[in-house]
This record gives sequence, structure tokens and C-alpha cells, in this order.
Amino acid sequence: MLAARNLTRRFGPLLAVDDISFEVEPGTVLGFLGPNGAGKSTTMKMLTGFLSPTAGTAEVFGHDIRNDSVAARRMIGYLPEGAPLYGELTVSQFLHFIADARGITGDDRVGRVADASARLELGAVMQQTIETLSKGFKRRVGLAQAILHDPPVLILDEPTDGLDPNQKQQVRQLIREMAPDKIIVISTHILEEVDALCSRAMIIARGRLLADDTPAGLLARSRYHNAVTLHVDDPERAASRLGRLDEAREVELRNARVTVFPSGRGNLFQAVSRVIEEENWPVQQLQYEPGRLDEVFRTITREEAA
Amino acid sequence: MKLSNVRTIMRRELVGYFATPVAYVFIVIFLVMSAAFTFYLGGFYERGIADLEPFFRFHPWLYLFLVPAVGMRLWAEERKYGTVELLLTLPLTIGEAVLGKFLAAWLFVGLALLLTFPMWITVNVLGDPDNGVIAAAYVGSWLMAGGMLAISEALSAVTRNQVVAFILSVVVCFGFLLSGLPMVLDLFRGWMPQVLLDGVANLSFLVHFNSISRGVIDLRDLMYFALVIGFWLLANRIVLELKKAD
Repeated sequence: MLAARNLTRRFGPLLAVDDISFEVEPGTVLGFLGPNGAGKSTTMKMLTGFLSPTAGTAEVFGHDIRNDSVAARRMIGYLPEGAPLYGELTVSQFLHFIADARGITGDDRVGRVADASARLELGAVMQQTIETLSKGFKRRVGLAQAILHDPPVLILDEPTDGLDPNQKQQVRQLIREMAPDKIIVISTHILEEVDALCSRAMIIARGRLLADDTPAGLLARSRYHNAVTLHVDDPERAASRLGRLDEAREVELRNARVTVFPSGRGNLFQAVSRVIEEENWPVQQLQYEPGRLDEVFRTITREEAA
Repeated sequence: MKLSNVRTIMRRELVGYFATPVAYVFIVIFLVMSAAFTFYLGGFYERGIADLEPFFRFHPWLYLFLVPAVGMRLWAEERKYGTVELLLTLPLTIGEAVLGKFLAAWLFVGLALLLTFPMWITVNVLGDPDNGVIAAAYVGSWLMAGGMLAISEALSAVTRNQVVAFILSVVVCFGFLLSGLPMVLDLFRGWMPQVLLDGVANLSFLVHFNSISRGVIDLRDLMYFALVIGFWLLANRIVLELKKAD
């Protein structure tokens, strides 16, 4: 179990992380979501024992990061922000160094390095100097380094940042494969990533934990949750007709698109479909809205500022 | 402190030296300069004495610039590229990392020093030197390099800018070199009690190096270098603890 207890960090007058507490169980992919400079990286730096908290502490499977830091770090694989690496080494030299530093020896050392490099498809570049690699490869070397010792806790600071869509997909796939028996914490400012990857999401802004929920739970906070949007030829008429539905609370008309918000009584989507059929409207688009994360994100982070 | 961790760090550092031009440039420059000083400034032939005094005499001044050049990158580079975060989240302690880096750099300088062996062969071909004195001088030279390295490594943790680290190290090493010379001591003589004056003089690399290179390996000189190295490595640990995340 990974637990943060009243984690706080000050840099001079700046309160970078303000009293954050949470607990994570294995099998969870936790996403830290927040604007740049929100305190996500600082929180991760404290969880990994790099930065000591100004107040509070964190625990990794019972090991306190303040007094039992080395034991805690043994259980963690960490990809720091920007995936820093020793550029002058080859990929192979670098991964072997990490294995040594993790106390992995003998046949195990060969096997682990081979396994990690296979999982991240580094085979072709093993003998290349890291500084000559593309950004995508560097990020994968950073990930290989983090998973090398098969740690129960993975802390990945923006693991897909700077990757192309295919590489992003690959990294997400890797995280999903490892998810069932590990605690994985990722930070991101890509909202779709939370939906695609995380089983739990935390919104952090100005150092404070503002929301801690499942992605579905966050979506349910959206104004658009369960709303129906449609594109019709005569939006004004459609808006007034749909507004009279018992299932509709409110109708919004924007650029020829009509969005109907649910009142909570009955099934709005079915009701709208029925009306469309009765009136025989030519509908170009009909869309069920599960909720909009970007809107939830904006609302939560702005509310706080106000 | 786990020795296997120290060794791991040390090995990585050494691989790093030889993967970049740093190692080769340093070794070549050191060999060329030490030879040039010996033969041109030191008057190796003109003296007509079969010893390596003209060779060792210039080591402190060579080290003054070359050792900070080796030491400046040790932490400044790690901090600049963020690898310090990778390194210090591995399951090892700051002390192990500091010591591993120091030992790697010290071994590396030792290697450069060993590669001056043609000088030793030359003097043995030309005459009949006291090889015990020469061996002691090699030890003294290496210890002095260690002292300067410990200073440079600690100061390299102060900043993420290697040039700043270099300049700071040269200045501090210069102070440690000169503190035994009359030029510095005269500033204190007259108003400072003799005990303190001896203290200042005793801080000098030169005094202890010269004493060892005369062929007498005195326990006090060994202690001196051990203390200087120990002090600066400890300072390094503290500075790093405070500054690593800046």
C-alpha cells in the first residue's frame, strides 16, 4: 500500500504541496491531473524519497520515506519528469548500472535487463549511446529503467509526454498490462489519458487535492453527464419541442447544435430518440454525452481560484 | 554504507569518463604538461641529479587547474540534466554516491599519474635515483590530488553551472595550496599567536606534500590528507542534501 499522510512541501514562501493525504491499494492506476505547476511532480518527488517533505510523510508498504527511505525506494520504480538519463552511456550499460544499483546480480541481472528491454522494444538500440537516441526511445529507456526490478509501486511522471500517438498507445498498453497487481501512479495533463488508463483520478491545483474520484465519478460531475446533443436542420424548433420533455431539464442551442440536459426523470436518450422518430426529423448527428472531463477539470480548478 | 553500492557508482562513473573525451583529454594534457614542466622549467638535465624533484615540484600547480576540471562536473552535471533525481531515488544513500564518485575520480587521476612511468624509467636509465623517495612522492602527489578532488566535488554540488564550480574549486584549492607559503603567513605573523599560525601553515597542501615527497611518509601527513578528504566529502553530503532539488 502506498499512503501519503498530510504531505506538505514549501519552497521559501511558495506552498508547492499543501497537506495532501491519500491511500492507494495494489491494482490501482492513479492519475494525478492538474495544470502545470500544480504540485504533481513535487508530490511524486516526495513519494519517491527524493525530496523531503516540510511536513507530513508517506509510506510505501510500511516503509516510511523519511526514516526508512532506502527500503521504501527499493519498492518503487520511478520515471522522473523529462526522463533524465546518463547520455554518455549505451542503453545496455545504463540498464546494467540500474540493475547493479538495485542489487540484481548474476543470471537475474541478464534476465531482467533482457526482459525490460524486450517489453519496451529496445533490442535494436541496446548498443547505442543514449544521447543519440530519439525522444521516444529515451522515454522508453526511462521506463525500462523504472520497471527493471519489477517493483510493486511505479511512479511515472508524465510517461507519455513527447511521444507520438503510436508510442503513446504502446506505453499505455504496457501500463495496462502491469496494472492488475501493482500500484501505478502517473501524472499527466492529458485528460483523455485519465479516461483511457486510470482507475482513480486526483485533481491537484495550487498544491491542493481538489478531487479524488474514479474517472466515471469525475464524468458524473460534468454538466454534460447523460446529456444528449443532436444536429438537426431546424435547431430552434427542435429545441423548443425537446424542452417540453419531462426527461429534459434544460436545452442549450449552440451553432446549430442542440444539447438537452437530463432532469433525472426517465431515460433522456430514449425520449429524444422517440421524439425524433415521431417528428421524423432528419438528424445528422445524435450523440450521448458521458460527461466532459475538460469541463469538470476547468470547473474544479477554477472554483478553487475564485 | 554498503561497499557494493559504492562500487556500482564508481564503475558507472569510470565508464562515463572513458565514454567521453574527458578522460583522454585529461590524460594527454596531464602527461604533456608534466613533461614540459619537468624538462623546460624544472631543468631536469641541467641539474645533473638523478631524481624526480623537478617533476613533482610542479604537480601542485598542474593539479590546481586539472583536478577542478575533473571535479566540476561530478554533481553540477547531474543537477543540470536532472539525473541526480534518478540517482538519488535508487536504493542507495547520498554518502555512498558521494564516495563512489570521489573514488572513481581519484582512481582516474591515479591512472593518469601512473602513466607518467616513462619519467621514472628515464631517471633510472640515466642514473641511480632513490626509488623509495620517488615512490613516496607518487603517494604524496596522489593524496594531494585526492584532497583537491574532494574540494572540487563538494563545490560542484553547490551549483548546477560547471564553470562556476570550476572557478570556486580553483580558488579554494589555491587557498589550501598557499596557506603554508610566507606570502600568506606574513599576513598573519605578528598579530596571530604562534599556535594559530602553525595551524594555518599546517592546512597547506604544499607543506604536507613536500614533506612526503622528501621520502618520509609521516603518519601526520597521511592523517592530514585523510582529514581533508573526509571533511570535504562530509561537506559534500550536507550540501547535496540541501541543494539536490533546487
